[in-house]
Amino acid sequence: MNAGALRRLFGLLRKEALQIWRDPSALAIAFVLPAVLLLIFGYGVSLDARNVPIALVVQRPGALAASFTSQFARSPFFRPRRFLTIQDAEQAMASRAVQGIVWLPSDFARRAAAGGNSPIGVIVNGVDANDARIIEGYVQQVWATWLTARAEAAGGSAALPLSAQPQVRFNPAVDSRDYLVPGLIAVIMTLTGALLTALVIAREWERGTMEALMVTRVTINEILLAKLIPYFVLGMGGMAGSVAIAVFLFGVPLQGSIWVLTATSALFMLAALGMGLLISGFARNQFVAGQIAIITTFLPAFILSGFVFDINSMPRAVQIITHIVAARYFVAILQSVFLAGNVWSVILPNALALVVMAGIFLGLARGTARKRLD
Amino acid sequence: MIRQVLALIVKELLAVLRDAKSRMVLIGPPLIQLLVFGYAATFDLNHVPVAIYDQDPSAASRDLVARFLGSPTFHLVAMLRSPHRINELIDQRQVQLVLVIDRRFTRDLLTGQPAPVQVIVDGRNSNTALLIEGYANTILSDFSLSWGATHGRPAPPAVLEMRARYNPTLSSRWFIVPGIVALLTQVVTLLVVGLSVARERETGTFDQLLVTPMRPIDILLGKGLPGLLIGLFEASVIIAAAVWWFDVPLRGGLLPLYLGLVLFVIAVTGIGLMISSLAGTQQQALLGAFLFMVPSIILSGFATPIANMPVWVQDLTLLNPMRYFLVIVRSVFLEGAGVNALAAQYWPMAVIGAASLAAAGWLFRKRVT
Amino acid sequence: MPATESAGAAPQPAVRLTDVRRSFRTGKRVVTALDGITASAVSGAVTGLIGPDGAGKTTLMRLIAGLLRADAGRIEVLGIDVARDPLSVQARLGYMPQRFGLYEDLSVRENLDLYADLQGVPPAVRPARYDELLHMTGLGPFTARMAGRLSGGMKQKLGLACTLVHPPDLLLLDEPTVGVDPVSRRELWQIIDHLTRDAHMTVLFSTAYLDEAERCAAVLLIHEGRLLGHGPPGQFTADMEGRSFFATASLGRRRLQARLAQAPGVIDAVIQGSRVRVVTADATPPVATGLVAEASDLTLIPTPPRFEDSFVARLRAQAATPAPPPSATVAPLAPAAPKPTGDVISVAHLTRRFGAFVAVDDVSFTVARGEIFGLLGANGAGKSTTFRMLCGLLPPSEGTLRVAGFDLRTAAAPARGRIGYMAQKFSLYGDLSVAQNLRFFSSAYRLTGARQRARIEWAEAEFELGAMRDATARDLPLGFKQRLALACALMHEPDILFLDEPTSGVDPLARREFWRRINALAEQGVTVLVTTHFMEEAEYCDQLVIMAQGKVLAAGEPEAIKQGARTAAQPDPTMEDAFIAVIEAPRQPARAA
Repeated sequence: MNAGALRRLFGLLRKEALQIWRDPSALAIAFVLPAVLLLIFGYGVSLDARNVPIALVVQRPGALAASFTSQFARSPFFRPRRFLTIQDAEQAMASRAVQGIVWLPSDFARRAAAGGNSPIGVIVNGVDANDARIIEGYVQQVWATWLTARAEAAGGSAALPLSAQPQVRFNPAVDSRDYLVPGLIAVIMTLTGALLTALVIAREWERGTMEALMVTRVTINEILLAKLIPYFVLGMGGMAGSVAIAVFLFGVPLQGSIWVLTATSALFMLAALGMGLLISGFARNQFVAGQIAIITTFLPAFILSGFVFDINSMPRAVQIITHIVAARYFVAILQSVFLAGNVWSVILPNALALVVMAGIFLGLARGTARKRLD
Repeated sequence: MIRQVLALIVKELLAVLRDAKSRMVLIGPPLIQLLVFGYAATFDLNHVPVAIYDQDPSAASRDLVARFLGSPTFHLVAMLRSPHRINELIDQRQVQLVLVIDRRFTRDLLTGQPAPVQVIVDGRNSNTALLIEGYANTILSDFSLSWGATHGRPAPPAVLEMRARYNPTLSSRWFIVPGIVALLTQVVTLLVVGLSVARERETGTFDQLLVTPMRPIDILLGKGLPGLLIGLFEASVIIAAAVWWFDVPLRGGLLPLYLGLVLFVIAVTGIGLMISSLAGTQQQALLGAFLFMVPSIILSGFATPIANMPVWVQDLTLLNPMRYFLVIVRSVFLEGAGVNALAAQYWPMAVIGAASLAAAGWLFRKRVT
Repeated sequence: MPATESAGAAPQPAVRLTDVRRSFRTGKRVVTALDGITASAVSGAVTGLIGPDGAGKTTLMRLIAGLLRADAGRIEVLGIDVARDPLSVQARLGYMPQRFGLYEDLSVRENLDLYADLQGVPPAVRPARYDELLHMTGLGPFTARMAGRLSGGMKQKLGLACTLVHPPDLLLLDEPTVGVDPVSRRELWQIIDHLTRDAHMTVLFSTAYLDEAERCAAVLLIHEGRLLGHGPPGQFTADMEGRSFFATASLGRRRLQARLAQAPGVIDAVIQGSRVRVVTADATPPVATGLVAEASDLTLIPTPPRFEDSFVARLRAQAATPAPPPSATVAPLAPAAPKPTGDVISVAHLTRRFGAFVAVDDVSFTVARGEIFGLLGANGAGKSTTFRMLCGLLPPSEGTLRVAGFDLRTAAAPARGRIGYMAQKFSLYGDLSVAQNLRFFSSAYRLTGARQRARIEWAEAEFELGAMRDATARDLPLGFKQRLALACALMHEPDILFLDEPTSGVDPLARREFWRRINALAEQGVTVLVTTHFMEEAEYCDQLVIMAQGKVLAAGEPEAIKQGARTAAQPDPTMEDAFIAVIEAPRQPARAA
């Protein structure tokens, strides 16, 4: 770069910095929007069922039934309510007062004594299928604990021939916030990164200043760089703020190194900003640019990044589509860096994918940018 | 007055339908969202990659392994011969579950000792982890029960008989798709109503409208009712798609469903009109709509249960009309609920609708005079 | 064009256009913006690019600046083929787009710095260059002010200064004088004269104001993408020599104008002051007697031709149809309510504040029935705010306001039934068809049944919209949009018609057509209130007020206002001269200091 080009770039950068400083909207998108979204999602999105209201129907009380139901009272997952008849319990479930029913029929004790395998009815409200599955799992745990406790008390052999030893890596408490919040950061930064660049360039088109810039000696590379550098810095600032909220407010552990996080964030930011530049090439007013940015970045990042919905479980065609969502790779990196540490075997391939995505988006943005209006 | 309002409604509908771009906004994104949500937004697990480290190859362990492989939930990636690769596979996300069958497995089974089986799950996605654990536990306890029964072990005193009411196969599509009715109805209604006044302000026709003898209330009605009609139409299309395309059962009647729908669309229209009254440009209106939409979707119970939220957030959701309509649409679809059972959901929406319309009217009058 | 070629001494032209074509695709339609332009611009002089809105001026400017590529043809700028090497061209030209290309949230100084950086001006030479530019533009005291907080005229000068930081060989100015007050306009021309005379800069200047043609060394007259004429302005007016006259008669000036416009051999008749300016089809002197049957005392005094006469003549020659049929079909106004007598609009001590900013400051005037009343002023003078208060769109902060006998604060709805309103830029529902627009507005004005049908038919016939009734309003040509907007405002036969910048940017024929209708309405007793920044339109008004910075600077009949500006140096001032005189009157001492 020669001196003239440097001076032009420097002039543009100074202009951009002054504008950011004077116009609060860029700062709002970079810092306030991610913080607000992170707070809403962080508090609003949780898959952890705790204190699930459940109906216990014991038709003939006895020692065996009592020992079983007392396990429910002890479980942190359930808030049991007792009902005398199954009809009452069903009604409570229909009115959403309880989410499931555990029913010990009147012949429960008799059949248990007679030969075992006495059936315990478990009915869950299946409307929210995910919740229902988790509740079923909890009931199963309660049941297994009860059997083991009984066997130990009797001093006899194990009630069940198998002893399952579950071990949940990286998130032993199975706290959904710990995995949702890192993923959220990726989703939110996709939106803000693309929105920032798309909006500021669209604004120059709208106000007619882009036209004035284009007839000076400035080259298209200088224009793009002058947009990329300041908003990269802003985006990284927003990223740092989001990480701080995740770690200090939501208490998500950060197992990996902050440098790995910074480096991969930088790669991701380049991809997101590249997308914004690309959008701004098509949309020359802020309204359209904003709409496209929301539709093409936020929704795919939310649904197709694997941040909350498991990619492996999606139909094959959808799985293929997820490969073009940059957030997908960053979600994988973030979840590992936060919860598992510097797992290079996850970080490197995904970082490489981010490099490719950033290259493609920036390349396309450069390739479609013309120093012309048509 | 009625004729004027009618003329305005006709004009609004024409303006939306004659413009290719607005038509696209009404048809394109909702269709894509319906497909994406319907197919991609699923909590059901399929093809979970697993690795199995069987240290005790035997008839019993083969039986257990076969049960895992036979389940459509799991998909075998590797049979391990040494423990070295376990960590690697999990760390690299190549598998989400590793089943480790102990060397003493058969011996313990035969001697009545609890035979140890290790289930190692990747907890980075805690929801998936919980579900995988649940699936694995079911297979393990099925194995236990049948092994015990065939080997003359004393049966456990009690067994669980699980049934899921309303959604026997626990398909999350049955949960998500009716939710989309609420989601898309809100998005489309809010955009149509929220942007309509701002668009007229930008093109200058709003002044033209204000100098006609129409009263603010006429204009407000004329702006609100098209949104209502479009919202109802859009919802009906999605309901039809849910029933005929996604095969979600519609067990209840249309009366409780549409009663809820009308109240919901009125409430959303009121909020849209509030945004419209405040926004000077389409961009501000879009921003306002976005700022309302994101929290209202997240805090509605659309994807994650309200019951899991902190109490103060739960209290906040009481102001969210979508929260109530989600209950209605899901109850009518899956539970076959009637009007009586849903009374507790109808009246809060009616209150929100009345309040938001009144507020919109007040803001509107304040802004134009 | 032989005339310019034969100028001989002129060196290589700065811009040479050969059969330049360019069209745009909007949706399914293809709009031809430029349809084979062949022309050139002499170096070291001002070439005016003149034509109404939509003529293709901006497209041509952008093509020359290398911002667009031509579909066909060749553009050579400073001897360089623009299509091949736009960067070299851009290094040598200065371009000020419409709206001036300024960063509003940057200060005057920061804007200059930015453009100095972009144009590669070495820091060492900047202070001297800045001093020169700031002195020339009079922006010296405002270097720290944000560009967004400058007045329209100051923005225009800052935009110009930014393009001049590095003195260009060719300066392109795209409609720099739109919406700018006459004083700033005059100052801009002084700067341009200075640039071409002393710095030998070549300037290409686009404008929709026809009167600016006479200030250019050469003119490219463009209409609907075609070159209608090319040459020095004197050549345009030379063709018109002996064909323009001032007509006076005892007949009212409006009636006289309407009759003269229909008279044989007359191609143009416009009101100017108390007289009617007439242009004849050829140079044979018309016979005054018998030209208009009703005006036996008609006298015709020859007057020098104007550039506009030539434009009108060319447009008339181009149009297949002669002047439109007489306007006898404007339906008589049904007196729905007792006609207010005397003043239809009365405004007393009207003030409007936005926060600390006083947009309208103690304005008072009255408008009598059947009068055409003008609010004249530059952008930001407060005329739009006054106008919006009169229509009931904005409540006044202070003062009283009565329209059609109603106080707008208490009886807005009944008053509105008597008002017709045509907003700036002809606000229509662009997505609706012509018929749907008419239908909607007639319903909004509470017309029903047979009467509604009758009025829609009337509008389609009177405004010749019938053939276009199914066309989408957005796609209409500007002139049709203007007609449709007027038709919509007249659906309910209002007593008072409010027109906000009704003719900005339309071509002279459409403007004449429009004023013909307005005059006919006024003859029938409709009161018309019009805002405009076109000085010549003020001539059509019976009464007018000149506004600047929220205050009324002058009020009265146009002729009286012009008389007030008469000096020894200017024995026959134009409206623009009068405007400048009125605006400068209070600042005279400051200027002298």
